[in-house]
Amino acid sequence: MSEEDEFELEPIEILELPLDAWHRDKGARMVEFAGYHMPIQYEGIMAEHIWTRENAGLFDVSHMGQLMLTGDGAAEALEAMVPGDISALKEGKMRYSLLLDEDGGVLDDMMITAVPMGLYVVVNGAVKWDDMGYLREHLPDEITINHMDDRALLALQGPKAVDALVRVVPGVDALYFMEAGSFFWGPKTDPEPLWISRSGYTGEDGFEISVPAAHAKALADQICAQPEVKPIGLGARDSLRLEAGLPLYGHDMNPEFDPVEASAAFAVSKRRRAEGGFFGSDRILNALANGPARKLVGLSVEGKMPVREGAPVFAGDAQVGVITSGGFGPSVGAPIAMGYIDAGHNAVGSTLKAEVRGKRVSVTVTSLPFVPHHYHRKGAHT
Amino acid sequence: MTRYFTEDHEWIEVDGDSATVGITDYAQSQLGDIVFAEVPATGATLKKGGDAAVVESVKAASDVYAPVSGTVIEGNDALEGDPALVNNDPEGEGWFFKITLSDTSELDSLMDAAAYKAFVDGL
Repeated sequence: MSEEDEFELEPIEILELPLDAWHRDKGARMVEFAGYHMPIQYEGIMAEHIWTRENAGLFDVSHMGQLMLTGDGAAEALEAMVPGDISALKEGKMRYSLLLDEDGGVLDDMMITAVPMGLYVVVNGAVKWDDMGYLREHLPDEITINHMDDRALLALQGPKAVDALVRVVPGVDALYFMEAGSFFWGPKTDPEPLWISRSGYTGEDGFEISVPAAHAKALADQICAQPEVKPIGLGARDSLRLEAGLPLYGHDMNPEFDPVEASAAFAVSKRRRAEGGFFGSDRILNALANGPARKLVGLSVEGKMPVREGAPVFAGDAQVGVITSGGFGPSVGAPIAMGYIDAGHNAVGSTLKAEVRGKRVSVTVTSLPFVPHHYHRKGAHT
Repeated sequence: MTRYFTEDHEWIEVDGDSATVGITDYAQSQLGDIVFAEVPATGATLKKGGDAAVVESVKAASDVYAPVSGTVIEGNDALEGDPALVNNDPEGEGWFFKITLSDTSELDSLMDAAAYKAFVDGL
């Protein structure tokens, strides 16, 4: 008997999010995800996916970690761990970035927004506690990390998201993609400030709304009362982001891979490339200069059989990669996948074989996204 | 003809020593939108409880098990072109395969419709 056996493991409690009862009332099928009960679907993944692409879908993403970093020099301090130009970020602007371990491996992907108080950072739910511990360990003591677990986070996504939300929260249509601001919602006599960004993870135009947990139900009800809006579950969120070519942390990204391998070189800002000085910068700058040994790419799949996470990918007899996300793309109308493929085999157009249940199926390296993005970009002709 | 059910949510309709196998309405409702189905080849030998077919929804792949042992007479080719048949008519047109039973006594361990309904109600 080893010593460990003497410790009774506490059963891990699955936590409830502020909108738990709201989801159940709407007929959601709940599953455990990131330690919470979460809605996987309401009427069905396919219908919810298509609805979001054509109208607007409301997603509860309150499992994600909403952090506020405050204190002088927060941006500069954070830059030791992320490869983006955070100190140049202007108030109300946001940036996708990556939290790096000391070897340049990706610990998480995150959205960082410059706000009047400091930096508002949204991290993945499944790793938020690890992220907070890591940030606390590596940020100077004078930088405060506030976990805003008293707030819910809603995402309204789709081409009609703006039409629906502007009726509930006037003024949000002024935001462009990757901009954020504070907006008043509710009665003029007692308005509630909401933090809203024009962003999301479906490839469509849309918004993410940070709301005090106590008001989440009222806000969700008002948004869902708009004719363009239906509640959408995690299942469609996954198929939407896969079609949009957006990586899912813990699947398409993990500490084994650096940002260049993860095809997120765009997150390494120009100034940071010139100056280095972040965790793993030698490895990352070398991969930028010489090309990564392997790279996350999109793969179109021949036939109808889905190719899923974990499937090995071959060129002839040699394994040259592995699938990290795969499934059926409802808008594409066919199976699609993403995976890490070795250099020499990962150029767009390369034809390879993925192995599923002992059978080989043809896959072709394809440029991402599978479905074009429809972001509301400043200066874009729309 | 008699229809039996398994705890893994397959149905099997027996006619003499041959039978048709599919998944139940409860199973399809749990799986959600079916996007792919793989049926066994004619002549394949199946063992009771062993892998027989595969059904894939948007989110996951699931195995369909053989309710009894036997030899496959026919797979439902219509599922290749229209896997949604499994959603729309799981206990009819959305059948998976037909087999010749090698041991009809294996049916004794399966549930009848009333027992299966009670089983599902208890889930």
